[in-house]
Amino acid sequence: MAEEKKASRKKIQAGDRMNKIMADYFYGLNEAATTGRQKVAWCTSVGPAELLRALGFAVHFPENHGAMLGATRMSTDLIPAANAIGYSPDICSYLTADIGAYLKGITPLAKAYKGIESVPRPDVLVYNTNQCRDVQDWFAWYSRELGVPSIGITSPKNVNEVTDAHIEDVALQIEALVPTLEEISGGRLDMDRLRETVSLSRECTELWKKVLETAIAAPAPLTFFDGTIHMGPAVVLRGTREAIDYYEVLLAELEQRIKDGVGAVDEETSRIYWEGMPVWGRLRQHSELFFHLKASVLASTYCSSWIFPAFDGKDPFRSMAKAYLELFIVRSDKYKEQYIKEMLAKFRIDGIIYHDAKTCPYNSNSRYGLPQRLEADTGIPSLVISGDLNDLRCVSDEQTKTNVEAFIEQIVEGR
Amino acid sequence: MSTPVYVGIDIGSSRTKVAVVDAERQLLGHSVRKSGTDFSATAAACLDASLAMAGVTREEIANAVSTGYGRANVAFVARQNKTEIGCLANWGRHCFPEAITIIDIGGQDNKIIKLDAAGRRSSFKMNRKCAAGTGAFLEEMSYRLDIPLEAMDGLARQSEEMVKLGSYCTVFSATEVLENIRHGKKVTDIVKGLFYSVIKRVLEMDSPTERVVMTGGVVAHNPYLVEMAEEMIGRSVLLPELPQLAGAVGAALYALEDKD
Repeated sequence: MAEEKKASRKKIQAGDRMNKIMADYFYGLNEAATTGRQKVAWCTSVGPAELLRALGFAVHFPENHGAMLGATRMSTDLIPAANAIGYSPDICSYLTADIGAYLKGITPLAKAYKGIESVPRPDVLVYNTNQCRDVQDWFAWYSRELGVPSIGITSPKNVNEVTDAHIEDVALQIEALVPTLEEISGGRLDMDRLRETVSLSRECTELWKKVLETAIAAPAPLTFFDGTIHMGPAVVLRGTREAIDYYEVLLAELEQRIKDGVGAVDEETSRIYWEGMPVWGRLRQHSELFFHLKASVLASTYCSSWIFPAFDGKDPFRSMAKAYLELFIVRSDKYKEQYIKEMLAKFRIDGIIYHDAKTCPYNSNSRYGLPQRLEADTGIPSLVISGDLNDLRCVSDEQTKTNVEAFIEQIVEGR
Repeated sequence: MSTPVYVGIDIGSSRTKVAVVDAERQLLGHSVRKSGTDFSATAAACLDASLAMAGVTREEIANAVSTGYGRANVAFVARQNKTEIGCLANWGRHCFPEAITIIDIGGQDNKIIKLDAAGRRSSFKMNRKCAAGTGAFLEEMSYRLDIPLEAMDGLARQSEEMVKLGSYCTVFSATEVLENIRHGKKVTDIVKGLFYSVIKRVLEMDSPTERVVMTGGVVAHNPYLVEMAEEMIGRSVLLPELPQLAGAVGAALYALEDKD
């Protein structure tokens, strides 16, 4: 059993640079909203951000704000405010935390960035239901509250093979957004700018993929917990040069770690795959828990969900549609099983942990027998832990700890 | 050192259990007490009682391993700690040289642990963050029904027409129980319904393999649960002599294995 001393994974030096990029991004958004110099669009995490950027919008991602509310452990106190106006504690806790924060006039941005008082007020809300239906309901609330339009894409779900028909459907829906967005932005869509933005997104996600794949090395130079932080630019700055520049720096640091044989976790003895959302309010505790057990959680579906190989500047609308459809969360269990199986082999995984998030069924892939099927197929043991992304009332720390410790014991003793 | 002994201390949410074994894996002494709020003091009292039963002193402890929720609170004697799942599996490995499923019903947790024919742990499941199906559920119900906990097993055995309770939740089950009392149902039939509910909650966690053994304080005090489980899964279920001590004995066996 591990000692109870405080120690944690190796710090990534590029983090300071990322913090600066993220600060610039939030100050830019704030300036756009407070001066009116630039129109503000809110966009779901895998919504048509490329189109919005090409039309000159400053883009805010409420899911990112939801994660910040979780990571700062503000969410659990805010969720009840949304529950009280009819938004159930059983639905997305990003949604309930974010609406609760709005109702209480609170944002972690104000704490982190001096001079910012609130999230940027939107001129338009643009969703893609490829993540879930909740994003549409989330934006609908703000639409009513703020009197701004909410428009978007209704995506197919449980897709096995992404077909031309799917792509045609979503591409047409993206194109159909253009007239409304042009009217709000006050400008015409410049197709060259859209092509360039899509190309930049592609470049960003390719670098992000390379960053994550450094964890194929043993010991792995980064963990899932690093990934959840360092994915920030890939989430909010997709389609910009800043994100690309950042990932070049981060990649160089991680490649150097590989050359030096330096792992994120000292004496890595087991390699773990994380399936599902992070528990944002427990990132540090979970990181330390695994660190003490010499277990490296080094690959995940979640962090890998911002890799979009389909983006192609030559065919922006169709390639955006394809990229948004190929997303793991959009796919059937048959596809998901095969995807995870390949990840387990690629990253030489000893065990897989499924986080069954109470309020996020779409990111909880342990509810339809997938762990049992995958375990029977691969022989790689699995563990399901109950928790939530943002609502810490659904998290039992002691049970998580016992489960994880017993799981790592099982892996080590089984050798 | 005359008789080196190996100690396992299992500090559960409800009870603390200590087992003392010798180098031949023979159980020499044991003790069970309420965990209370001072885990260290309870563990110390339990340890002393077990050592007295074994006829040895603290100086003869060659190694000790702690387990259970309070496993980190007994550094005064155990340098190492293991999870209760690991300890139960270790106990199972030593007692049953075959593939087996251990169903443990504790005060706060239920566990289903599967061992393969070589004694390796192949999987385990714990109840979700909910007390339904655990000892805490029966404690709450004994309080609501104003029946001593130790009387429940006898009452359940007298049932002629079991009352089926449908709820997942301890609080909602209590409401259902009150409703049944209002409708004039017999207490014996309600208590059997509560037992049935415990077994149902446990068995839905995983599917047991051919050989099944049940452990934990709840079956130690309510062996009728084992008979009901047999009926539900359609085959015999093993009940060891001291089911509440399985985790502590597993910890003591770890202490013996890791003595160097």
